[in-house]
Amino acid sequence: MATEVKTKNKIHPQKMYLYVGLGSIVMMFAGLTSAYIVKKSQSNWLDFELPKVFFIATVVILLSSFTMQMAVKKAKEGLQNPYRGFLTVTAILGVAFMTLQYQGFMALQANNIALTGARSNSAASFLFVITFLHLLHVLGGVIALFGVRFKSLSAKNNTENTLPVELVSTYWHFVDILWIYLFVFLQWIG
Amino acid sequence: MSHEAALHNHEGHESHGHDDHGHHEHHDTFLTKYVFSQDHKMIAKQFLITGMVWAVLGGLMSVLFRLQLGYPDASFPWLESILGKWAKGGQITPEAYYALVTTHGTVLVFFVLTAGLSGTFANFLIPLQVGARDMASPFMNMLSYWFFFTASIIMLSSLFVETGPFSGGWTAYPPLSALHDASPGSKTGMDLWIISMALFVVSSLLGGLNYIATILNMRTKGMSMTRLPLTIWALFFTAVLGVLSFPVLLSGLILLIFDRNFGTSFYLSDIYVNGVGALSNEGGSAILFQHLFWFLGHPEVYIILLPAMGMVSEIMSVNSRKPIFGYMAMLGSLFAIAILAFLVWAHHMFVTGLNPFLGSVFVLLTLLIAVPSAIKVFNWLTTLWRGNIRFTPGMLFAIGFVSLFISGGLTGIWLGNAALDIYLHDSYFVVAHFHIVMGVASMFGMFAGVYHWFPKMYGRYLNNSLGYIHFWITLAGAYLIFWPMHYQGLAGMPRRYFDFSIWESFKQFADLNRFISTVAMIVFAVQILFLINFFYSIFKGRKVTVLNPWESNTLEWTTPINPGHGNWPGEIPEVHRWPYDYGKDGHDFIPQTTPVGEDETETH
Repeated sequence: MATEVKTKNKIHPQKMYLYVGLGSIVMMFAGLTSAYIVKKSQSNWLDFELPKVFFIATVVILLSSFTMQMAVKKAKEGLQNPYRGFLTVTAILGVAFMTLQYQGFMALQANNIALTGARSNSAASFLFVITFLHLLHVLGGVIALFGVRFKSLSAKNNTENTLPVELVSTYWHFVDILWIYLFVFLQWIG
Repeated sequence: MSHEAALHNHEGHESHGHDDHGHHEHHDTFLTKYVFSQDHKMIAKQFLITGMVWAVLGGLMSVLFRLQLGYPDASFPWLESILGKWAKGGQITPEAYYALVTTHGTVLVFFVLTAGLSGTFANFLIPLQVGARDMASPFMNMLSYWFFFTASIIMLSSLFVETGPFSGGWTAYPPLSALHDASPGSKTGMDLWIISMALFVVSSLLGGLNYIATILNMRTKGMSMTRLPLTIWALFFTAVLGVLSFPVLLSGLILLIFDRNFGTSFYLSDIYVNGVGALSNEGGSAILFQHLFWFLGHPEVYIILLPAMGMVSEIMSVNSRKPIFGYMAMLGSLFAIAILAFLVWAHHMFVTGLNPFLGSVFVLLTLLIAVPSAIKVFNWLTTLWRGNIRFTPGMLFAIGFVSLFISGGLTGIWLGNAALDIYLHDSYFVVAHFHIVMGVASMFGMFAGVYHWFPKMYGRYLNNSLGYIHFWITLAGAYLIFWPMHYQGLAGMPRRYFDFSIWESFKQFADLNRFISTVAMIVFAVQILFLINFFYSIFKGRKVTVLNPWESNTLEWTTPINPGHGNWPGEIPEVHRWPYDYGKDGHDFIPQTTPVGEDETETH
């Protein structure tokens, strides 16, 4: 019966669930970046440079995709300890990304560019809302990483089922790619 | 995972990866069976009954504001005892009137005709008709209901806050929605409205993802995509529309939250507010919200309408004892509607100062929707043509749906033209159009579905006589209420006005308004009759004694009369043919599970 499932070569329903879910997240950010373009073409738009720390954050999240992939590889090979190690590193890199983003917000504020409040320009507010929402999605990924990591410790879960880590890795690569898109958009296109 | 490992040792399970339901029923407590149920059938009933509660509340609100419109000078002391300060001296205040109109719209569009309609029938029918034991993720499915329930509670609580619920129209345009000081309803009422709607979006997404994943991945053996009943196809496109458009509404609402609470200027500009002074905001664009809103708002119309179309197709074929006419054309037109749904949103915005050249593109795309709509109508009528029609209440409501869809659809061609829309915009013509084509038509689809699938839901029948009374009065009432509104709209009568008796141009409609209000009350009373029928029949209705009472081909009728969690006690049946083999080769009907005979004529 197990072989029958494999020979049918169908995507696991939960993977399909995730893929379609990613589509809906794409639409949310497509809505926001479209609104950004519309707003930018109108009057009263403040031009400013992205904080330098966003570049470092980009490198960090790219790196985390690599460690994530290593974790999946180790999980498939059944190597529990390296697997958990790479999961932890990925999560730490995720937290580092969020911290760097936060520093970016602080740097803007220090440059007298208000993100919200009465003095704010919607250019900065857009930057803040878009990156902050992305940040929340990264946070969700970090929580999921820790969830999978600690679940793998319990004896009940045998090593054969790599579905949870595959789901998390798909999501993690997605938020990485999403950030690359947002970064390119904010830096060069928008 | 042990879950799957154990499953592999099970006998009697095939084809699906992770379905070990149906063996757990003895563990069910009241809480896991009726409240935190993960059974798609129970979740469907939860959606249906919550939707019904909202339909009663939303309908009651319309009765209350129709009372104002029909009898602007009369005072009803009993109103004060229900509404308190909102009806001082027995007359509804303008604030209360706007709050009622707004909440009526929000509740009917989102809570009744989105959650109540596709929440109910997608949950109920998808696993049963594709041949699956449950949804792709039963847990997420349960969460979907509880997000909806929480959204409901929050929306309901907004009715009781001191400053009243939001009152700026169901579209929540800024600045009324973005400024606390714009109106009483823009204060706490609006905060609760946004929170409720955000939770509702999450609920819709969790549900929609499940519907798509289940339809694509969990069909039983032999159930190819072109063997799916049209209900499933319609629910599939509905879910796709929801998954792609609700996130955009959420984006719009997030920006709105920032404008309301964190002083940003996405939508707000330096508006002068009486008693407050000029705002410190600069350069915001209220039109931006309209674009984001209607990018959801228009697909939303089809999110409401497509499930009704799908159910009507199925019910019509079963009760005409004929194959659905033009299955592939039905499918193609659903697809075309789903695509066009995303390309027409600005036809709601012809009077916002939209560039007329851009407007003309939206006119063209909007009018294109007439093509797939006409194909569908043609196919429904040809399905009926020379059929051996069984006029069950479900069938009557299905036919009523087609009638209303034609009547309301034709005025859509008027409104889709920018030149006409500029005159008719925000008039009662628009009110009449969307109530008939989207509101009442979809309600008819929902009633058709409830009457048709009630035996599968509860193992009992609804009372037919009450069903006939319900149908005829509702149909006649729907036309009597909304048909005259077209004339009022053509005469220039604007929507959302509180009291027409003070306008010289609209005084002439006083009698007509009273007439409409009276009919509205009668129709509302008949819906109560339906509810009595519904709840009485759950417990005391005539029992279903055969597996397949409508002699239908689809898979849900191969399950036991009261299916448990897991739907089929043994193996999931295999499918050998499409679902519309009615009146073929001398057989009245051939269920999908019957293998194709050797001498059978080729059809699908």
